[in-house]
Amino acid sequence: MEIYTFLRHMADSWGMLAMLLGFLGICLWALRPGSRPLHDEAANSIFRNDAAPAEASQPDCKEA
Amino acid sequence: MWDYVKLIALGVIAVAAAIAANYARDLAFMVNAIEVMLVSAIAFLVVLRGVGDPKVVNRGEYNDGIIRWGVFLTAFWGVVGFLVGVVIAAQLAWPWLNFEALQGIGNFGRLRPLHTSAVIFAFGGTALITTAFYVVQRTSAARLWGGNALPNFVFWGWQTVILLAATSYVLGGSQGKEYAEPAWHIDILITVVWVGFLAVYAGTIMNRKEPHIYVANWFYLSFIITIAMLHLINNMAIPVSIVGSSSVQVTSGVQDAMIQWWYGHNAVGFFLTAGFLGMMYYFVPKQAERPVYSYKLSIIHFWALIFLYIWAGPHHLHYTALPEWASTLGMVMSVILWMPSWGGMINGLMTLSGAWDKLRTDPVIRMMVVSIGFYGMSTFEGPMMSIKAVNSLSHYTDWTIGHVHSGALGWNGMITFGALYFLTPRLWNRAGLYSLKLVSWHFWLATIGIVLYASSMWVSGIMEGLMWREVDANGFLVNAFADTVGAKYPMNVVRALGGVMYLSGGLIMAYNLWMTVKAQPAKDAVNANDFVPAE
Repeated sequence: MEIYTFLRHMADSWGMLAMLLGFLGICLWALRPGSRPLHDEAANSIFRNDAAPAEASQPDCKEA
Repeated sequence: MWDYVKLIALGVIAVAAAIAANYARDLAFMVNAIEVMLVSAIAFLVVLRGVGDPKVVNRGEYNDGIIRWGVFLTAFWGVVGFLVGVVIAAQLAWPWLNFEALQGIGNFGRLRPLHTSAVIFAFGGTALITTAFYVVQRTSAARLWGGNALPNFVFWGWQTVILLAATSYVLGGSQGKEYAEPAWHIDILITVVWVGFLAVYAGTIMNRKEPHIYVANWFYLSFIITIAMLHLINNMAIPVSIVGSSSVQVTSGVQDAMIQWWYGHNAVGFFLTAGFLGMMYYFVPKQAERPVYSYKLSIIHFWALIFLYIWAGPHHLHYTALPEWASTLGMVMSVILWMPSWGGMINGLMTLSGAWDKLRTDPVIRMMVVSIGFYGMSTFEGPMMSIKAVNSLSHYTDWTIGHVHSGALGWNGMITFGALYFLTPRLWNRAGLYSLKLVSWHFWLATIGIVLYASSMWVSGIMEGLMWREVDANGFLVNAFADTVGAKYPMNVVRALGGVMYLSGGLIMAYNLWMTVKAQPAKDAVNANDFVPAE
């Protein structure tokens, strides 16, 4: 079988199916029960650490 | 030790560039070589002045110096890019503006890539690097990775790319691929800078103190990785001479066309969409002082965009030598892409739910909301234009140009302006912007400018498409090409007027930001987080 035909066949069938299932899996994972507190926490993380990095007390380091 | 390695490397580059300039086969390459020589000489002096100084990286502070430069240069390149755009719009309306004395440098054909690259890669690219560095530090609660040297190299390396590309274009050093015009030697510098960008970005994320990687970083990271892949594959070329701008593409014919538009559309998808969505997911919630509407939707938005965008390129090649199945695939994927795009638009707009009153009082949030509105509009228009039947009317006409500008001026421009207005008072520790009234002026000039631009191009494009396909009873074409050119005159004038309004808005913004830094009183040292800057 030509390599082109083989790749086309893979892309048309199993490749596409794998990507579709992967995408649906990600959606279900995002919507899973119990994830809300985690997502709320992540969505609010931008309102912290505006002025300085966390653990501002860590020692200065020499540049490599 | 490292300083000496840097000095030797920069010295060698400067000498090699001088030799290359001497043997250069064309003017564009010679000017580029001289520029490389000068840039490395300047870098040599900067490193030389710092030899022996202790290189302290203060991990207790964010690296904001380079971001201040970025805000300044984003505004600068914006004004330059809009100005060149107004010039070429005027040249289309009044062709005598292609002055005889400037042929080969200042005519439309040479200035057009200068305009597109100035707005996409100089204005947009600098805005993306600047905001990426700002956002990744705040959301990771960590200083930029790579000390001070690597972020500086990425930022100033990108500015060098802009300088080289701009001078190369006007002197004829283009490889003739739309949005990928830079010659092979500039492509190599882009590759090196981009690897550094990825290292700084990924390194900062890996050093993060927050457990979760905030969604804006996902968009920025996908933009960096995908652009690296697109750039490498679309620029597979063999130089004719190592001291000349010319190169020969490895692929040819329809393969080359498909690779070019796979690149071209994903430059839109990942440079102008994913990267700027990263901006939206950070700056809109920050300016609205509310978390994003739905974090779950933002995850689905991200993955849907990633899975779909990469397939949409073939819609640029309907009714060409491209196989029919590839063309259909591109069309179908483009239409499906409408859904995640609108998911993202809804997520951005609904972030304001419960705070819609801010639209009346805060012109910056108004700018961001209009930007998201234009994102929604152009991501509806795009899928529609990718349908073969519509494309047979719209392709090669001004409609395409109108579509691109409602996306670029409306979505990319306005969200960037919003980010610049957000960043300037914070980065220079000012109490607020110099004038909100001037922001309103900018908002209205820009919005009306875009409306004039887009509507004149719709009229012009549909008219062109209809005139080109009009046949008489015997099947002969009714109109010559020059008839359509003549008929477009009023629309070309309105387009140029829209551009002038958008440019005026940009100038007002530049003045306002400048005065914010120069004339606004500094904020109290102790801010809301009770944080005293360490000096």
